[in-house]
Amino acid sequence: MTNYRFIGKSTQRKDALDIVTGKAKFINDFTLPDMLYGKVLRSPLPHANIKSIDVTEAKSFPGVKAVLTYKDVPDWMAGSAPQHVRILDSKVRYVGEAVALVAAETEDIGAEALRLIKVEYESLPAVYDVEEATQPDAPQLYEKFPRNILPQGIRVFGLHPLQEVVIGDIEKGLEDADFVIEGTCSYENIPNPMPPESPAVIAAWEGPDTLNVWLGSQGPHIVKVALEKWMGSINIRSVGYSVGASYGSKYMSWQYTMPAAALAQATGRPVKLSYGKAEHLAAFTVRLGSRIHGKVGIKKDGTVTFLSGDWLVNTGAFSEASQAMVAVGCGEAQLILRCPNWSFKPKVVCTNRTASGQVRGFGGQELKCALLPILALGMEKAGIDPVDFFKRNYVKPGEGYYWRDGEWWVCEGIDYTKAIEKGAETFGWKEKWKGWLKPTSVKGAKRRGVGVGIHGNADAGEDVSEAFVRLETNGTAIIYCGLPEHGTGQRTNICKMVAEILQIPLDRVSVTPADSLVNPVEIGPVGSRGTYAIGSAVIAAAEDAKEQLFEKVARNLKVKPEDLETLDGMVYVKGKPEARISWGKGMNYSGTCLGRGRFESDFSKPNFMMIFTEVEVDTTTGKIDLIRVVGATDVGQIIDPLCLTNQLDGCLGSAGIDSALFEEAVLDTRLGRIMNLNMIDYKWRTFAELPEMEHVILETPFSTHRFHAIGVGEITPSPGPPAVLMAVSNAIGVWMHDYPLTPDKVLSSLGKIAATKRGERA
Amino acid sequence: MTRQEKKFSGVALEGKHRINLTVNGQLYELAIGRGAGKVNPSDTLSFTLRETLGLTGTKVSCDSGACGACTVLMDGRAVLSCMMLSIECDGKEVTTIEGLKDPKTGELDPLQQSFIDHTAFQCGFCTPGMIMSSKALLNDNPSPTEEEVKEALSGNFCRCITHYHVVDAVMDAAKKGVESK
Ligand code: FES
Ligand code: FES
Repeated sequence: MTNYRFIGKSTQRKDALDIVTGKAKFINDFTLPDMLYGKVLRSPLPHANIKSIDVTEAKSFPGVKAVLTYKDVPDWMAGSAPQHVRILDSKVRYVGEAVALVAAETEDIGAEALRLIKVEYESLPAVYDVEEATQPDAPQLYEKFPRNILPQGIRVFGLHPLQEVVIGDIEKGLEDADFVIEGTCSYENIPNPMPPESPAVIAAWEGPDTLNVWLGSQGPHIVKVALEKWMGSINIRSVGYSVGASYGSKYMSWQYTMPAAALAQATGRPVKLSYGKAEHLAAFTVRLGSRIHGKVGIKKDGTVTFLSGDWLVNTGAFSEASQAMVAVGCGEAQLILRCPNWSFKPKVVCTNRTASGQVRGFGGQELKCALLPILALGMEKAGIDPVDFFKRNYVKPGEGYYWRDGEWWVCEGIDYTKAIEKGAETFGWKEKWKGWLKPTSVKGAKRRGVGVGIHGNADAGEDVSEAFVRLETNGTAIIYCGLPEHGTGQRTNICKMVAEILQIPLDRVSVTPADSLVNPVEIGPVGSRGTYAIGSAVIAAAEDAKEQLFEKVARNLKVKPEDLETLDGMVYVKGKPEARISWGKGMNYSGTCLGRGRFESDFSKPNFMMIFTEVEVDTTTGKIDLIRVVGATDVGQIIDPLCLTNQLDGCLGSAGIDSALFEEAVLDTRLGRIMNLNMIDYKWRTFAELPEMEHVILETPFSTHRFHAIGVGEITPSPGPPAVLMAVSNAIGVWMHDYPLTPDKVLSSLGKIAATKRGERA
Repeated sequence: MTRQEKKFSGVALEGKHRINLTVNGQLYELAIGRGAGKVNPSDTLSFTLRETLGLTGTKVSCDSGACGACTVLMDGRAVLSCMMLSIECDGKEVTTIEGLKDPKTGELDPLQQSFIDHTAFQCGFCTPGMIMSSKALLNDNPSPTEEEVKEALSGNFCRCITHYHVVDAVMDAAKKGVESK
């Protein structure tokens, strides 16, 4: 393994000092002179027409500068795809949907003005269940979506995005199978990624056609691209702040940015729109609901002969990017399952609850949570150990899959078998695994069980990144890259990559703010693309800059560029330490070396994550304790060990593993309301309940990355929830398929109490 | 009058027109009332710190006492600044994350240094609250066990799951603190 100066070493994060001293700026720490505050009146009903709306009193309240209703907002349309969401509409489709917007001198005044708005609603019947919503007589949310089904074949990713997996011949698969099992599993507890910082933005217009937005988005550049597309011919400058975490949810960000832009336009002043926590939980991104009716054919030796099924995807009141998420999910299903015959058909459906959108795992986690338990039924029938099953099935170099763009890709990555084996060994799988629905140990009322899950994503090489690297005459380098810091340390990691290439101390490399006016195109740190895609663009820019520098120096010293090397801001002729020249002299103290780098999509390199869990179930109380978690991955090359373990530890949170245990948005289907819109009733893991956590991190070099890295990215939580489901089922000896596995469900599975249906009271 | 003002107009202010608040060693005399630089009776301490005094290092997440993001020290003990009204803090001494550095030397508090050394943050939004809660713990109990650290921090929400690094950072700071005595 190469011994690098920075790569693979623990280095201080560039923003570390700011973070621990309170100087790091998040969007709510920032104000503009003359700024107003936006407030949103939200619907108390899940489905209704607005019959009348009277804002006279609110408008005349002192300190109120604008009140907007559906009658006076611009006709900007968002949502994907096709666009179907207005900032304000004459109809509301979920409890919490925006009904009116207020801009006022203070937040208090704005809040008071909301109370003065009088709305008369005509209540409509509502629907929450993904299958009921597709019935002919179901309430319809949008005229353009008959039976509430979003259209397929929409160009979310190129001309022919993947919208289903249909390969081979199911009949043939049926013939070849020794066992055929059928099952339904749902991941429909609508977990909330719940970043600590709620969504917030400041919008300010410069003249009629330029809009500036400052926000904590995970993809500030994509905000610019999306808004420019949806708001007509205007220029947008989007500036990203430190992201108070996002976990995917604050990527597109139009849901809060467009209303702020409308208020800023109406008042001619900057407007900050900052959600409170209840608003955040009631009216911002939750996970997709995912239900699979599946059928699997399997041979005695564990070979899968076919998979058929319907994947019902509940996107709530609108789709932020659901068809795109379904496309990625369909691709990811194939990465974990080597199977010749597929007929797997998704349907994206609207219902009357808050909308689902992008969350860490992007469709893949939602898919796995419902699919793996069905596959487990097949494994049980065939008596196959799940670790062996995954080892056999996870995509290997040379094997192919349809990816989100609808194209057939052949894996050119690495074989992850070693990571699986090492993970199993570290966990002690062989000793703990006693067979399907068999506990690992029983002590009185306490039963332990183990389970395992798997996930991988070929999006590590998705989309385009561009970056510039500028060498300064004083021996420093600046990276121009629209990458915001959202917690993974990626802004520091790209500095490490550049410092490594240019061989200068890390403190001599800096990154521009994530400002779209300054930086080239950057899709952002999503889809696990930080290390591979963004990293590769930055690396290419640094190499280009170095080349330009060497050309200049070579002319100067009358040698060939390839005879040169650089260290700490000096350029040397190889083997002649006395023949040296500083960067400044080399550039004649005038002129710039501006390197340019670009990365193009490449879906041939899946990454990998496996999670082993051990749980203890108290069969008297139904309480489940997560005892131990072992994660296994192969990252090619570690960039920063502490940032990596942080990211891997993240498997518990952000609607990850704990969404199998206790996380859920409790929807009361009589009122259409989510009942736990605060951080006490929405459960989260505390320090007092941390499981033992261990990571197996292999470094098998990835030949196509300058530092042989692929990273792990967003996928760290995704294999977790089905692993927990498996562990609990094994512990208690009964299949449990209903996330989250709250004590009441455990007890009813054990036949100790009567079962209740979701949304009903016990 | 806004709704909140009405709600709090019943609080007995005992004829006071201003409050004295010491923040990070500096005394602020704040007039009670409405308008720039004043303290509204409905203002929470976190609001006053952030919006009136510009000390934005203290973060607000849930704004309802559930997450610990807004933790500051009041007379040496950890309190949730979103759950206190500023007018109730008359005469109190408050330390925020901005005041943890040594005021004379500018040196970081050993806890801050330890959080840096262990990369005990991801997004960093929960970090000021984490550090202040840890500080209160170490003030009380300079050499806590790992269990005690976890117990003391169990009111601090971290969605990125930096808990493991935070525990290491606090234990390490405690160890070094005891060694240097
Ligand atoms: S913001 Fe004060 S406890 Fe959450
Ligand atoms: S570091 Fe992000 S919430 Fe704790």
